[in-house]
Amino acid sequence: MMRREQGPMPHIFLYLTVLAYALSFGSYIRFLRTGREIAGGLGTLFLVLGLIAHYFALLERSRGLHTVPYHDLYGSMSLFGWLLALTYLGLEFYHRQRSVGAFVLPFILVFFLAAHLAPADRLSPTIAHGPVFAFHVTLSILAYAAFALSFVLSLIFLIQNRLLRNRQLSEVVWRLPALELLERMSRSSVLVGLISIAVGTILGFIWVDRLTGQYWYYDPKYVITLVVLLLYAVYLQLSRTTTWRGARASRLCIFNFVIVVLSFTVVNLYLSHSHRYF
Amino acid sequence: MEIVLVGLNHRTAPVEVREKVSFTADQARRAADQLRARGILDETLVLSTCNRSEVYGVPPETSHNCLSGLASFLSEFHSVGPDILTSSLYHHYDRHAVRHLFRVSAGLDSMLLGEAEILGQVREAYRSAHEQGATGPVLNRLFQGALEVGKRVRTETELGSRPMSVAAAGVKLAERIFGKLNGHSALVLGAGAVSEQVISTLRDRGIADLFVMNRSRDRAEELAQKFNGSVVEWASWDTGLLKPDVVVSSVSADEPVLPRRVLESAMNARGNRALFVMDLGMPRNIEAAASDLYNLYVYNLDDLSGIVQQNRQAREGEIPRAEAIVEEHVGKFLSWQASVELVGLVSALRARLREERTTFLHTRLASVTHLSPKDREQMEVLMDELLEKLLVEPAERLRGERELRRKIQNVEALRDLFLSDRDKR
Repeated sequence: MMRREQGPMPHIFLYLTVLAYALSFGSYIRFLRTGREIAGGLGTLFLVLGLIAHYFALLERSRGLHTVPYHDLYGSMSLFGWLLALTYLGLEFYHRQRSVGAFVLPFILVFFLAAHLAPADRLSPTIAHGPVFAFHVTLSILAYAAFALSFVLSLIFLIQNRLLRNRQLSEVVWRLPALELLERMSRSSVLVGLISIAVGTILGFIWVDRLTGQYWYYDPKYVITLVVLLLYAVYLQLSRTTTWRGARASRLCIFNFVIVVLSFTVVNLYLSHSHRYF
Repeated sequence: MEIVLVGLNHRTAPVEVREKVSFTADQARRAADQLRARGILDETLVLSTCNRSEVYGVPPETSHNCLSGLASFLSEFHSVGPDILTSSLYHHYDRHAVRHLFRVSAGLDSMLLGEAEILGQVREAYRSAHEQGATGPVLNRLFQGALEVGKRVRTETELGSRPMSVAAAGVKLAERIFGKLNGHSALVLGAGAVSEQVISTLRDRGIADLFVMNRSRDRAEELAQKFNGSVVEWASWDTGLLKPDVVVSSVSADEPVLPRRVLESAMNARGNRALFVMDLGMPRNIEAAASDLYNLYVYNLDDLSGIVQQNRQAREGEIPRAEAIVEEHVGKFLSWQASVELVGLVSALRARLREERTTFLHTRLASVTHLSPKDREQMEVLMDELLEKLLVEPAERLRGERELRRKIQNVEALRDLFLSDRDKR
């Protein structure tokens, strides 16, 4: 397949996305600082606008490169950022709580900027087509975005918990969300992640079966994905028990995410053959 | 002099004097009626709270000695010797009176900086005086401005948003753990005044269930009834600590009321659901060693006073922003006032000039015999046209240009310049 070497064109949607996310970030910060509902509402509004602009930026990029967004590392990162924003928005609506926005938006912005400002990498021929494969990838990335979100939430939990336990009742304590809320949000985020990674993995197997006619051939990615699945299921269970409830569960959640990061750094780059990005 | 204020507050008068000079709602109405009936003030409003008694008013134009009239009225109304009163009273006029009221409603003049009640009290005083018909255009505008200042200061600054009592700070801290308190329950140990204050704050913040535990059951019953809670047997820790997420303890006892082992078994029984404990006892009601228990959050009086201290500083840091809002509205009010006065001045000037024109024509044309009545009429019309031409432009500029009105601050001087004493007002 012939392909033009072409960097992503600076495009109006790129600027619009950055602008909307930055404004959303600013509004969430303002909401955190002043507690004014209007600032929080603006944060959400700009996030929604950012999501829309980001979608078109992704579309534009894919068209420019004649590929799906998840076919290279940067596209995957951008898609990851988009799904992270989407998951966060879902959580925000579900829990009616906006004070986490200020902590999540920087991640979304970084992933978006890193993805769209970097040059496109050289693309290898692909056999990755069809809706099953598309859902497999999208759901898996959604799962990682949800896990990343629970990581951020658990981190904030630990910081807030430490401040409260050590009676360091400074300005920060009043700005961070309540502990119980962070716990609940983290759990629902993990639940979203678990469901999507389970469905995504099953779709992956179906796709491999269609492609090669066999369900199973060994890939280290399978093992680590299974480990991740198990670890998060264990987290969900333990986070309600006497011994683990609270800070311990949050530490486990953070540990789990370290495994996730390992999964798409070490495993993807050095061990797996079929999973290059995510 | 357009607006006058005479009053006393917690800074100028001790409580013994303040309570003598304070007005009930009914007294305030009566005082306003009498002040107007005696011709001391045209418009009146009495603002009386536990920290201040102030009379705002607009004196009649002919009044020269409104202040002493007001002071002696106050001393007569409350039967307080004038010598006691004069040392406590302060008085402000015009822009200073306006600024004073705006600072009061902003909470800047309160004993507890930024407290919220004063705005409600100002609103109530205004509503009552307005209903009674004691206010007029000037005081209406003034108090609407004051209410706006109060509202803006409370939404745009943090002057009033941080808790200033230990009880409120503790409850706010509990919200850092549980989020909103509805859906959670609280156990209060002790039934004294402090407990009551905390319970009332907890109820304000929407706590779902309330349990009271006290050595003397009677007092506990009383408190529980007042706040729609229920009484729990003293020291029934096994069951008493199972449900509540917030425990407030304010008991006078030499030994800790809740030793570590009690809390440890309670935490186990709760499955380590987070427990927030506010220890307001002195000596402390919670054994210090308990604070390292998992998911137990214990705060004592010192921790909570520390928060209050921080909040006080934070509130003080907001003063400049609040003062800026006050100044902005003082400027707005004065500009409005000047525009009203200037419009009045222009119409007085017009009347005066017409009068001049009539006498002028009358005397000067008396000896001119060759003019027909029609010509005389024509001359009058022409002179009127000239006068209108001279007056219309400045009058329109005064209506349209706020900056110009701001510059002409002393309307009185203009009156003196253009109108003789006879024509003033």
